Amino acid sequence: MSNSYTSDILKPFKLKTKQQELLIRVSILCLVYILAFITRLFSVLRYESMIHEFDPYFNYRTTLYLTQHGFYDFWNWFDYESWYPLGRIVGGTLYPGLMVTAALIYRLLHFLRFAVHIREVCVLTAPFFASNTTLVAYFFGKEIWDSGAGLVAAILIAVCPGYISRSVAGSYDNEGVAIFALLFTFYLFVKAVNTGSLAWGLASAFGYFYMVSAWGGYVFIINLIPLYVLVLLITGRYSMRLYVAYNCLYILGMLLAMQIRFVGFQHVQSGEHMAAMGVFFLMQVFYFLDWVKHMLSDTKLFQEFLRITVTCAVAVGGIALGVGMASGYISPWTGRFYSLLDPTYAKDHIPIIASVSEHQPTAWSSFMFDFHILLFLFPAGLYFCFKRLSDATIFIVMYGLTSMYFAGVMVRLILVATPAVCLISAIAVSATVKNLTVLLRSKTKVAQIGSTKGTSSAKASSKASLDQSQPFQKNGAMALLFGAFYLLSRYATHCTWVTSEAYSSPSIVLAARGAHGNRVIFDDYREAYFWLRQNTPLDAKVMSWWDYGYQITAMGNRTVIVDNNTWNNTHIATVGRAMSSYEDEAYEIIRSLDVDYVLVVFGGVTGYSSDDINKFLWMVRIGGGVFPVIKEPDYLVNGEYRVDKGAAPKMLNCLMYKLSYYRFGEMMTEYGKPPGYDRARGVEIGNKDIKLEHLEEAFTTSNWIVRIYKVKPPNNRW
Amino acid sequence: MEAPIRAREALGFILFSLLFSICRSSSLNHLLISNAERRIDLSSHIVKVYLTLKVENAGSTPTSEVFLSFPPTQVDHLATVEALVTKGKRKKTTLVRLDVKPTELPDAPNDAKYFAIYLENPLKSGESTTLEVLYLLTHSQEPFPAEIAQSESQLVYYRDSALILSPYHIKQQTTFIKTPSTKVESFTRVEPSNRAGTEIKYGPYEDHPPYSFSPILIHFENNSPFAVVEELVREVEISHWGNLQVTEQYTLVHAGARHKGVFSRVDFQSRPTLNGASSLRYLLARLPPRVHSVYYRDEIGNISSSHLRTDSRKSELEIEPRYPLFGGWKATFVIGYGLPLQDFLFETSDDRRYLNFTFGCPLLETVVDKLTIKVVLPEGSKDPSAVVPFPVEQHLETKYSYLDVVGRTVVVMEKKNLVPTHNSHFQVYYTFKPIFMLAEPLMLASAFFLFFVACVAYLHIDLSIRK
Repeated sequence: MSNSYTSDILKPFKLKTKQQELLIRVSILCLVYILAFITRLFSVLRYESMIHEFDPYFNYRTTLYLTQHGFYDFWNWFDYESWYPLGRIVGGTLYPGLMVTAALIYRLLHFLRFAVHIREVCVLTAPFFASNTTLVAYFFGKEIWDSGAGLVAAILIAVCPGYISRSVAGSYDNEGVAIFALLFTFYLFVKAVNTGSLAWGLASAFGYFYMVSAWGGYVFIINLIPLYVLVLLITGRYSMRLYVAYNCLYILGMLLAMQIRFVGFQHVQSGEHMAAMGVFFLMQVFYFLDWVKHMLSDTKLFQEFLRITVTCAVAVGGIALGVGMASGYISPWTGRFYSLLDPTYAKDHIPIIASVSEHQPTAWSSFMFDFHILLFLFPAGLYFCFKRLSDATIFIVMYGLTSMYFAGVMVRLILVATPAVCLISAIAVSATVKNLTVLLRSKTKVAQIGSTKGTSSAKASSKASLDQSQPFQKNGAMALLFGAFYLLSRYATHCTWVTSEAYSSPSIVLAARGAHGNRVIFDDYREAYFWLRQNTPLDAKVMSWWDYGYQITAMGNRTVIVDNNTWNNTHIATVGRAMSSYEDEAYEIIRSLDVDYVLVVFGGVTGYSSDDINKFLWMVRIGGGVFPVIKEPDYLVNGEYRVDKGAAPKMLNCLMYKLSYYRFGEMMTEYGKPPGYDRARGVEIGNKDIKLEHLEEAFTTSNWIVRIYKVKPPNNRW
Repeated sequence: MEAPIRAREALGFILFSLLFSICRSSSLNHLLISNAERRIDLSSHIVKVYLTLKVENAGSTPTSEVFLSFPPTQVDHLATVEALVTKGKRKKTTLVRLDVKPTELPDAPNDAKYFAIYLENPLKSGESTTLEVLYLLTHSQEPFPAEIAQSESQLVYYRDSALILSPYHIKQQTTFIKTPSTKVESFTRVEPSNRAGTEIKYGPYEDHPPYSFSPILIHFENNSPFAVVEELVREVEISHWGNLQVTEQYTLVHAGARHKGVFSRVDFQSRPTLNGASSLRYLLARLPPRVHSVYYRDEIGNISSSHLRTDSRKSELEIEPRYPLFGGWKATFVIGYGLPLQDFLFETSDDRRYLNFTFGCPLLETVVDKLTIKVVLPEGSKDPSAVVPFPVEQHLETKYSYLDVVGRTVVVMEKKNLVPTHNSHFQVYYTFKPIFMLAEPLMLASAFFLFFVACVAYLHIDLSIRK
């Protein structure tokens, strides 16, 4: 009685199947949105709300400048604090998308009277955009396959370690918003190709503009889309929709991209952008031919015409390109671009690119680490894509294959491949699960015909009336389904584990386990930077290896000689030369650069291995690349790099060695080991009696990780 | 040691000029001090002076004002002056605090500055009373040498007069000076004077006329860190939802002898007592009990070296700056904490509310050069007024915090040169209607409501042009 009464009341609230589906879909998306955000907050919980690593500190500093001084000052900002004495035109040498985005969010929040600090906005920008990316992935998946694949793609990308590695809270870097922009642009373009609508084409042009403003990786878009168009043209899938979409994207996107000062006229002048232009003209030729074909009824005549036009077009294009290259109007490909096509290029020609660990070729283990089961689902997804070939699936296949290649060339480009891998894997998962459930449900339906309407008995009877012609099919399907869910749950646990263990360390604050299992914090970087900020003259110039440049300017607020922008190789090489020379030679260089303090990072006391002694060979190589007086073999013994008694004499007396190990010989680091035992390299140092003549120790942090030396004024002559 | 002699000569000159310019004010000459004892405590960088004066009225008219005089150089560093009088007979003596106010006298010699002590009962002719005076001096120990290396200990000068500067005739007086250690490099001898252990005794001196002055200079070791907060901004934000949020921004400096040359971590770690003896390693802040969500950070993030100990009566926060502070080194940081509101906010009988909170700096043994207290009242509160036990500068500001529309009234109080004795309570009175508490939740609720209505409307309205 009461049961029927409540059901009467609930009747208006009872949902139709379609509404139920919508409700489930929206709630799953909401949950994924939240999940993508909170899974990136490990670092905030473990440490604090802080900016991570190196580049994000520059972005944070510029964002601070933007919010304090306004957009025009930011655009015209000449930064005296870096690259002393050259300086840096910041407004013209950065991608402003990230900073402008964060500043806008900050303004909006303040307009709504949320008195948040700009740092919190910066810290949470990357997780926020990761959440938005899941939505885009859903719509993209829906566009290329169906809404089920979209949902799976959203879930997969929400927790995929390949993406989390660059978008945890605090990792305030261009990639944080750029992956969102990249996927969004692709989605809008595919939508435009599918619909042929000018509105979507326009939207994709704006998406492209946002991507250009955010990250240098936009070059990937401007090369992948022409390639895709070319493939469509070759496979005979040319259509009016494609023509509208591509022309709209190219023309408007190019014009918009030129508004970014750092990009400027590269779209028409740089070799990396020429493919897009070539395809653009090819499209016009195609359109023209299409029109001629329409006008001419004679196929033989048309064939002839086609041959002549295509030859002419190719010839004209080739000549134009040749003339452009020869006259220097079109710049050749840059080293970075070459190093993508040829993984060994950087190692031989540009040591500064090769010295960065994230530019190394990817190891198999990191693929497994970042993709986990997606690595196996990816080929399966490709299979499904080929099975149902359409304009959209061709696009995702091409995106997947090219980005997988680039991911193999450079570790950091795994990030670009992640959305494609997630989408293609989602297709595999969705299609498999769908097939399996269809199999299961069709059986039930067959069974239901003979049985009563009661749901409980339907199940039992369906089991009883198994189709004899296909034995174990249902059980097999069940088992496969369970297997799929087991794999997916393993994926989820793996992702959470990787996020919390590997990708949530700010690398400014180091944490270790103490002898009693307690957590020990090494906050030496900030100790040193804050000391610089408070206790040195405002115009002091600090020389350090370029890795720490951004951090010194952002946290220490002091002028640096070189920083992570690495735009001037000679300047960096000069610093490398100073570090690898004897003290009196180095003093000359230091004086000529007007340096007041020299900062080195040293891990011998704590066993922190990414210190300057371990990076030293790169300083030698980069310095030697410009100044041939510095020769790498001088620092090696039989091709071996060592710091103990058997080290090369030049090694034992160069500035870097002296500054790192000054008075370290008196220090007991480990019980049962001689004084001066370097824990990072596990040897007793070779030169314990270090005297400094032109520099003096100004500050050493509590765990010796950062050591700062003051440059003495020159001696009086008399 | 040329410089101290020169300083002594200079001070001798002051003495003579003072003696020559004696001009007796007629209103003063009927009082005299029959016995005076002064104890100067130099053990920390805040100089504490205890003065016991036996005042006698030798004139014919009763008087209720007793004047203290200070040389102008000391007045600038004078943080606080307190006066107490002993009351009652021998067995049941109680100390009563008296009003002390800075005043001007018409014919003060050499810009001497005065403080008037107002007695409770006028001192009749022939009567006498005993006054206990305590005053604190900041920035009165000058490091010499002004720059020291890491391994050297810190030596300072202290300048004063062997005789108490007073507008009255003093019959008998003695001065005791306590130094932090037995290491005293030199001190001016004004016979009879002698030194025993950590104490230097000047006197007793008999029958000195008003404005007698005899400069002395003491050069001694003082390794206590000279913790000076150059600027402290305390912001107290009242939320009627039950929380009092305090944010304190410090600019801390070690005002002792400047650090010179090398800072060696090896020496500092292996021989901490010999190296950097005067460095400032940690500070202790005494916070109110039941403190919660304490943080300690600076511009670039959290500082992990702090410890909080709480019990039912007080909370102690031990903080270490990021690096040990040597002479001349600076550090800025922020301490923030929340407190339960019911401990500090009370209601008066006429339906006004008032906040009762401590004024000074919670750090122990520190001097604050400039303190700004901002009391942020909740949005919608009216008629603020502050009651502070000592003179401060006051004005009002407006602050916008989370979800504020009209902004919050901020009562700003500023005071210069504070010592820990200024940690007395002050009150801020205001009126507030509790209905304003609901403004912000209602605003949020209505915003969400409108959002959902908009969603529902969007889903039900067909906006397409085509049919």
